[in-house]
Amino acid sequence: MTNAAIKSRVKMDSVYLEAVGLAAPGLLSWKASLPILAGIQSYEPIALDKYKPTQLPPNEARRATELVRLAFRVAEDLMSNTTTPMGDCANVFSSSGGDYIIVDQICRSLCEPERLVSPTQFHNSVHNSAAGYWSIATGSRLPSSSLSAYEDSFCMGLLEAISLCQTEQLPTLLVVYDIKPPYPMSAKRVVPLEFGVAFLLSPTPRARAIAQLQLSALGADVAESVASGELETIRLANPAARSLPLLELLARKQSGNIVLSNRNHNSYQLEITGC
Amino acid sequence: MKPLSITNYTFTSCLGVGKQANWEAIQAGRSGLQPCDFYQIQDLVTWVGKVSGLEQPLPAEFSKYECRNNRLAWLALQQDNFITSAQSAIARYGAERVGVFLGTSTSGIHQTELAYIESLDPLPEWYHYASTHNAFSVADFVQHALGTQGPAMVISTACSSSAKVFASAYRAIANGLCDAVVVGGVDSLCLTTLYGFNALQLVAPDKCKPFDINRNGISIGEAGGYALLEKGVSGDFALLGYGESGDAYHMSSPHPEGEGALLAMQAALHKASLNPTDIDYINLHGTGTIANDAAESKAVNTLFGANTWASSTKGWTGHTLGAAGIVEASIGLLSMAHSHIPQNLHLETRDPNMAIALVEQPHRQPVKRILSNSFGFGGSNCSLILGMQQ
Repeated sequence: MTNAAIKSRVKMDSVYLEAVGLAAPGLLSWKASLPILAGIQSYEPIALDKYKPTQLPPNEARRATELVRLAFRVAEDLMSNTTTPMGDCANVFSSSGGDYIIVDQICRSLCEPERLVSPTQFHNSVHNSAAGYWSIATGSRLPSSSLSAYEDSFCMGLLEAISLCQTEQLPTLLVVYDIKPPYPMSAKRVVPLEFGVAFLLSPTPRARAIAQLQLSALGADVAESVASGELETIRLANPAARSLPLLELLARKQSGNIVLSNRNHNSYQLEITGC
Repeated sequence: MKPLSITNYTFTSCLGVGKQANWEAIQAGRSGLQPCDFYQIQDLVTWVGKVSGLEQPLPAEFSKYECRNNRLAWLALQQDNFITSAQSAIARYGAERVGVFLGTSTSGIHQTELAYIESLDPLPEWYHYASTHNAFSVADFVQHALGTQGPAMVISTACSSSAKVFASAYRAIANGLCDAVVVGGVDSLCLTTLYGFNALQLVAPDKCKPFDINRNGISIGEAGGYALLEKGVSGDFALLGYGESGDAYHMSSPHPEGEGALLAMQAALHKASLNPTDIDYINLHGTGTIANDAAESKAVNTLFGANTWASSTKGWTGHTLGAAGIVEASIGLLSMAHSHIPQNLHLETRDPNMAIALVEQPHRQPVKRILSNSFGFGGSNCSLILGMQQ
């Protein structure tokens, strides 16, 4: 990090996008989704099958929850699109709600007279569960953040990942993911479908870069970018799916600007320049 | 790295409300731990660090945030002129240039526990998930209460959460997205952590005794605290360095040789361009579990030998989980302000394998730079170096 780095400026330094991973109903992997995102093929809501992480040792894979499996699914999909070793990457895991299923199970246990909480459920309940398993799987001991900004978890996760990538000058994996809450939580927190997305950012341009990304603050009340056709319903159905306008530009190999909202206040502009 | 100014800070724990009450208890050697009477629990024999004064509801304008965690957030926010300092930063830089980065592990999960206990199908009308239980709710509440409009997020990496916010805030300022950031963290007592740590056999039946030969687990505490980080040089203190690492070892046990802890401390010294001999006091993570204290003391010994005064202050406050980072950074700042190194409370017979300079009696001496360790589940480690402003 340079000592001159602290100065007032609205635009962040650019980072370079090297690879993407994706999983949602009807968007089964990044490569399989390209024609849908490019508007060439129509969207079909095909359910995601149960995923078994390939990078986890068998013991840990057995304990991995649905949330952790979704995070691994998109991170492992990204790995198939890059040669950068994941052990050399810092990472940011952003999820609006974390593990609703585990929280539901723990709270149900606490309603019983014995209040027996399973030790495995308890350690899986932490918001950084996926990051912990990922560190075990990849051997990465580099900086790792796990965060939530509720509906803005994609935008703030991106901000944290760009910031980490630039300041620490490390390739940085960003994983944004949310699962569906089970009943009765589903009545209080509506997330109609699961969605996960992963991005690999590099602080310097390398041969395999897909696009250059630059984030900047826009000020209040600028309308958010929307997705095309049926994908707009999906964009609104999961905080991680707010990434869809970016994914569409990437799939179409187009440069452009998209607006991401920080719900209550500022909006942010992401400038995408194809490489 | 260029030091980042800390222009105000405050914290509230079981020792008291605000800096002065906490410091008076520390100087008097008075622990805030008490036998657990949280939620009329009968079947857990343990001690807790419970904050008094949380019976008071939130002001009506914040009623949607009503829960134990946000009451603690509000109580802590009102101390030590912190709101005035934050508003001054907003006036100087603009609301959109001031961020809010807070840490929590369980946020307002107790509200969900109460809702489930009252009615599972359906959940009660009064229960609001987004503004109470969701991890982000405490940052949402604090940004509304202060009127900031910059980036807002909650870092939730278990017990390192409110240390790691300092690193994220530094980066946001270094990258030009903020001119000032309110950092800190809040975690409150709940059934999930009490019964969860008990299930892992990590809860002490007595007051926790970090680094003692007879240590047998943690005492769970609750706390909230904040620091205002600003660009430019002002105030008495600064963030000099930070180090983050992963253990890549196990979800709920630290690396036995403390390899991740060592990497975090080395990274913090490197960022600060300092040597181990430049540190006057180490506030240890020191939870009081067999595994944590053994691993941490190995890592500290590797870097500092038995030459740098070190203590865990969890015997006073309990383990405040996601708030531990801000509480212990604040104790480090108080240690510099008062030239006083607090002792490792409840240390009766030190474990002979702990080859570090544990503070058995308080020391009065100048303290210019401190290192504070915070380690969490998932092998998430963070070390901070704070110092007097040059």
